[in-house]
Amino acid sequence: MADILTVENLALGFRTEGGLARVLDCVNLTVRPGEIVSLVGESGCGKSTLASAILGTLPRGLAVVGQGSVTLDGADMLRAGAAAGKVRGRTVTFVPQDPFASFNPLFRVGTQIMDLMRWKSPRRREGSWFYSPRRRRADREAVIAMLEAVQLPQPARLLQKYPHELSGGQRQRLMIAMALLPEPRLIIADEPTTALDVTVQAQILGVLRRLAVQRGVAVLFTTHDLGAAWEICDRVTVMYAGQTAEIAPRDSFFTAPHHPYTRLLLRSLPEEGRDPVGIPGSVPSPLSPPLGCRFHPRCPRADARCQAERPVLRGEADHLAACHHPVLAAQEARLDA
Amino acid sequence: MPDRPLLELQGLKRHFPVRGLFNRRVGTLRALDGVDLAVAPGEVLGIVGESGCGKSTLGKTIMGIHAPSDGAVLFDGAQVAGGGVRRPDGLRAQLQYVYQDPGASLDPSWTLRRSLHEPLVIHTKLRRAEREARIQEIVAAVGLPAAHLDLYPHEISGGQQRRVGLARILVLGPKLVILDEPTSGLDVSVQAAVLALFRELRQAFGLTYLFISHDLAVVRSMCHRVAVMYLGRVVEIGPVAEIFARPRHPYTQALLSAAPRIGGPRVTENFALQGEPPDPSQMPEGCRFSVRCRWAAPQCKVEPALEDGVACWRWRELAAGLVPAAAE
Repeated sequence: MADILTVENLALGFRTEGGLARVLDCVNLTVRPGEIVSLVGESGCGKSTLASAILGTLPRGLAVVGQGSVTLDGADMLRAGAAAGKVRGRTVTFVPQDPFASFNPLFRVGTQIMDLMRWKSPRRREGSWFYSPRRRRADREAVIAMLEAVQLPQPARLLQKYPHELSGGQRQRLMIAMALLPEPRLIIADEPTTALDVTVQAQILGVLRRLAVQRGVAVLFTTHDLGAAWEICDRVTVMYAGQTAEIAPRDSFFTAPHHPYTRLLLRSLPEEGRDPVGIPGSVPSPLSPPLGCRFHPRCPRADARCQAERPVLRGEADHLAACHHPVLAAQEARLDA
Repeated sequence: MPDRPLLELQGLKRHFPVRGLFNRRVGTLRALDGVDLAVAPGEVLGIVGESGCGKSTLGKTIMGIHAPSDGAVLFDGAQVAGGGVRRPDGLRAQLQYVYQDPGASLDPSWTLRRSLHEPLVIHTKLRRAEREARIQEIVAAVGLPAAHLDLYPHEISGGQQRRVGLARILVLGPKLVILDEPTSGLDVSVQAAVLALFRELRQAFGLTYLFISHDLAVVRSMCHRVAVMYLGRVVEIGPVAEIFARPRHPYTQALLSAAPRIGGPRVTENFALQGEPPDPSQMPEGCRFSVRCRWAAPQCKVEPALEDGVACWRWRELAAGLVPAAAE
């Protein structure tokens, strides 16, 4: 089956006063149809930039694409301006991080959803400017049905409310409903639960996963929360400082991570019975990233080769790591002892 | 453990008026509604709950930022707030509050040395040389090179700013430190380092922490005891190991079951708790949790008191497995 999204060796930077910030450097990512992929990384690793690149919403004039490509459902999102605009909002939709800032406070929720449906409804004919009453009625029914699907009570009344009358969890449910309404093939959810409490997070993740699986929509779920990644995804991609570090199916990622960075990240989680270790040092500045593997200044396994040569993604089957000295299962027992 | 708690809260209440048209009082937001707590010296007490449950109001009321509407705060046996008591002057030095990002409290146009001198100038009569010696000692304890003292905040990293912010709090030798969401918004690798620092400092300075957080995993790794708050009241309190192993209050059970556990089953697939906490200005009658509780019964129309560390009428029946889950 062809991948819905392919990011290949993407390198891009931003022009800044201090020179070129190399935010992404050799990123690889694939999402298959109907699959939920977590993109895990710490703040500043380029998750959100990658999401913008996939959506084709990089700031024009500031972003410099070095090499690589982003192919979404056959369209080249980096170079084709108009084609990217057609795909965005229809084939790919977006769930933002902050449900509080994503609605216009001056308009009722229903108005804002119907605005979306006017242009991005699957029932709209290509190029049509006319919003027929018949299509409006059909769209409204679809909206009500979708609000019920995301478990918002009394949808008709809810549409009459202003954003400030809704709680954070309700707004994020609305965002998910709005992302699903154009019947996309891929949803990019950028840290959708960071602003929410754990009980609400559990509800939201449940809704997102259930609906995505039911409707066969692929989800790219960026997060820095490994727990949330465990909850929702089928596969994990880890980024560090703009490079892809590891790509693996969920189970083998959490039980047998190959990349030293991933291992340290998992050990940083607070857990019963041991103190979390953390990772010494800090994330390098994209203005002057280390050569070779960008993790080498903080890596316990680094040697001369890591400083000179950038590792490529390799590994067996589905589980790939970009490391010259990956931790493989055979060595694991020895290391932990 | 000595008998006298370092901090004691007795029926602490903090209500905020809700104003309507023409500034008329139209309701009351009961942010804290009768909290009883005691913190022993050297203990780390965690306060957990969802946003809006009154965790931060609790910290701020203890700190004296809000005056209690009713009830009392006792520090080291003496009443320091509530009932018309004036705050003793020396209290500020013994009770310190750490905000989410302690580094952000540094003045950008002051050198770190000046920022560190300031609390000592205000609270003590030490001479300059004595203050300097004190600062050197603290700075070494938080792991900051002494050469950094002449730098400005923007010249050091965020992690170091955090250390300076903590040094500024510790330089007065506080007894109780209130940590308000100290790790929210941090990456796990940084969070681990920050937690380790808090642990070290507690040992080195014999501190007592009130650790306010919404992150259950952090509380579990950090605290001795934990108090679970729901809509302005403590619904369950006890040793961390016990609460996490055998939560008794239905709300605690729901809260714990919502936290993702790596390696465990996906909690999202059968997460039972519906909805969000009601608006604290329109409190439900009786047990506050009854409107979301699966096991709510007629007796829950009356507010249960905190007994044996749990505020629920039915926990004994539930623990014994006598109650079949109500139809969901």
